[in-house]
Amino acid sequence: MENLENFRSEVRAWLDENCPSSMRTGADPQIPHDEVWGGRNAEYKNPESKIWLDRMGAKGWTMPTVPKEYGGGGLDKDQVKILNEELFLIGAKTPLLSFGIWMLAPVLLEYGSEEQKKEHLPKIIKGEIRWCQGYSEPGSGSDLASLATKAEDKGDHFMVNGQKVWTSYADKADWIFALVRTGPLEPKHNGISFLLIDMETKGVSTKPITLISGKSPFCETFFDDVEVPKNNIVGTLNAGWEIAKKLLQHERKFISNFGLAAAAGSKKDLVSIAKKHFGENDGKINNTFFRSEVADHKIKEHAFGLTLQRAGDEGGKASAVASMFKYYGTEHNKKRHELMISAMGKDGVAWDGDEFAEEDKNLTKSWLRTKGNSIEGGTSEVQLNVISKRVLGLPS
Amino acid sequence: MKLVLNEEQQFLKDTAKDFAEERTPITHFRNLRDTNDPAMWDKDIWEEMVNLGWSGILIPEEYGGSDFGVTGMSVVLQECGKTLTPSPLFATAVLGAYAIKEFGDNEQKSKYLPLIASGKITTAVAVDESSHHNPANTELSAVTSDNGFVINGSKKLVVDGSSADVLIVLARTSGSMGELAGLTLFIVDSKADGIIRSKLEMADSRNYANIEFNNVAVGASSVLGSQEAGGEAIDHILDIGRIALSAEMLGNSEAAFSTTIDYLKERKQFGVLIGTFQALQHRAAEMFCEIELTKSSVMAAMQGADENSNQLQVLASLAKSIAGDTLHLISNEAIQMHGGIGVTDEYDLGFFLKRARVAEQIFGSVNFHKERYANLSGF
Repeated sequence: MENLENFRSEVRAWLDENCPSSMRTGADPQIPHDEVWGGRNAEYKNPESKIWLDRMGAKGWTMPTVPKEYGGGGLDKDQVKILNEELFLIGAKTPLLSFGIWMLAPVLLEYGSEEQKKEHLPKIIKGEIRWCQGYSEPGSGSDLASLATKAEDKGDHFMVNGQKVWTSYADKADWIFALVRTGPLEPKHNGISFLLIDMETKGVSTKPITLISGKSPFCETFFDDVEVPKNNIVGTLNAGWEIAKKLLQHERKFISNFGLAAAAGSKKDLVSIAKKHFGENDGKINNTFFRSEVADHKIKEHAFGLTLQRAGDEGGKASAVASMFKYYGTEHNKKRHELMISAMGKDGVAWDGDEFAEEDKNLTKSWLRTKGNSIEGGTSEVQLNVISKRVLGLPS
Repeated sequence: MKLVLNEEQQFLKDTAKDFAEERTPITHFRNLRDTNDPAMWDKDIWEEMVNLGWSGILIPEEYGGSDFGVTGMSVVLQECGKTLTPSPLFATAVLGAYAIKEFGDNEQKSKYLPLIASGKITTAVAVDESSHHNPANTELSAVTSDNGFVINGSKKLVVDGSSADVLIVLARTSGSMGELAGLTLFIVDSKADGIIRSKLEMADSRNYANIEFNNVAVGASSVLGSQEAGGEAIDHILDIGRIALSAEMLGNSEAAFSTTIDYLKERKQFGVLIGTFQALQHRAAEMFCEIELTKSSVMAAMQGADENSNQLQVLASLAKSIAGDTLHLISNEAIQMHGGIGVTDEYDLGFFLKRARVAEQIFGSVNFHKERYANLSGF
């Protein structure tokens, strides 16, 4: 305990000295806010964003539990708790948003070679290399394992040809972790490998995708005779599916939490929107039918939040529970947006121009964007399949 | 608040599970129904429950109980709900015990709580007067007289009302129908002059009665809690009842669901197990999610009751509305997925459907609690 208290004082002193003022509570609202994703071509509107990232990265505190030899913080669970508490206390901004941290690093730690860990983990942790995920293909959506992008063994390298789709931020990323077919003659799950590819390699190109909601971070990514060193495979040749599944669980959990966090933190509160547009009578939404829909929705939201809490209190088991959260969280988020735009009436379907408030137009886009929530990261129907087979044990 | 049971609560739940499976499987309820048992619960079984200490779970140790809390009480009812076990637990050990423990004076507590804990008396709480639950709509009047009060009026669908020894009655002492103000609770001997009880035959074959009060004279010492403060008191007592009933309804849902999943794994049509049909799989998976949400809501509500949460009303309405919605869905789907056998009396599932619809009405339907949730949440 004494050691932990020493650690707390050290952390506090370090943060005091190293966390720039615009990176904590009380920051001047005039200073532009960066969403920091790092990478070779990162641009910063506020130079202190870069300073904060560099300092936290050098400490390894963007991934505090990773061993120091791989650039991490080398902290144990108790220390991480203290670090987080101290960061929370000063309202520190997250120094780095990163698919590398959320998705790839856990996989590398579990399946990567020593060489791969030494090469990639420090750069992820420092935010020097920005990663994107190459999973889906035009012909492989829910049936991901049918993917066709092939990596042919050419003796000293792989030759990659094919196309990925829904690669978030592929146009901004430096490297991609991709699922490729290395065993064309094997059964479909047994011929897939997990391959790391530098996006600067000749033959890699990207094209952004416009969604029904407008601009998006999604891209198509093309591979045209791309040469990739053979030791860029993570894990064993043709054993990439297991890694892919592991990674999907991280992603599902992330998406379902995202829905609820967005609901909790959003200024776009269903109740206040409904009161504003229908009026209120003695504190009640002045439309009986709509009020009852809101009550229904809020009750489900409450119960869902309690269920996330209970899963935490129970020690967070089973991946199938992740499927429940993904399913329920995304469906709930879609419903919430439908209710919000419905409450707003004509303003709820505003698209562009000066006649409408910015926030109203944005809400229309958000509503359209939620339609993808129950598709990306495994459709609702796939989640229900997982629950019925893995939890309920229903036959195939 | 941690949304998990502690070791002792889990132990109690396991004990209740074993008891329900061994002593009161659904055949126990079927026998009571088929023999048209007047109380619709079995005296010997009740004695066993009393010996296990269940009648005293909410009663302080000084009055012969274990003071084990609402969570402990609720998980016992949850397990009883799985086998549709009828007993005085709800009306006596939850409602009667809680009402007197929480609002009784020392004399009332000393008089009644030891009798409840030792299983010597059963109680019933008489609230509603029309087809829909609404404590504010109380017309039954208690008018002051020389040595106390005179009660006139009638109560409907009183749980265990046909057999209870002691009634806790919500009466109007001032104000007018529709107001929670002006209400007072009374403890009344069910055999007092002027009381006429009519046993009701409800779809779930449990013990209910309509009760008429014709110039029933009670002493001033029969007031439970403060005079004119009965509206607030009954709301609190009902919330504890709603939470315990939600736990029982969760148990109903869990059992009907698990029976259905088993059936999907053994019933063959078109040469395959019907559980292979995606049309059924997805509905089953959705039911699973609804049960998980119900578990969390009931857990939060019963823990909230034990921690004297200032959110108790919200949590009780959350639990009762979710438990009602979930049981409604599952009691319907269970029968549909079973097909023809599901609508036969020989099969047990119909019992769950019948119990579900009555339980949904007791102490507030889903709609009642959604509206209350909205009112309490400021919209």
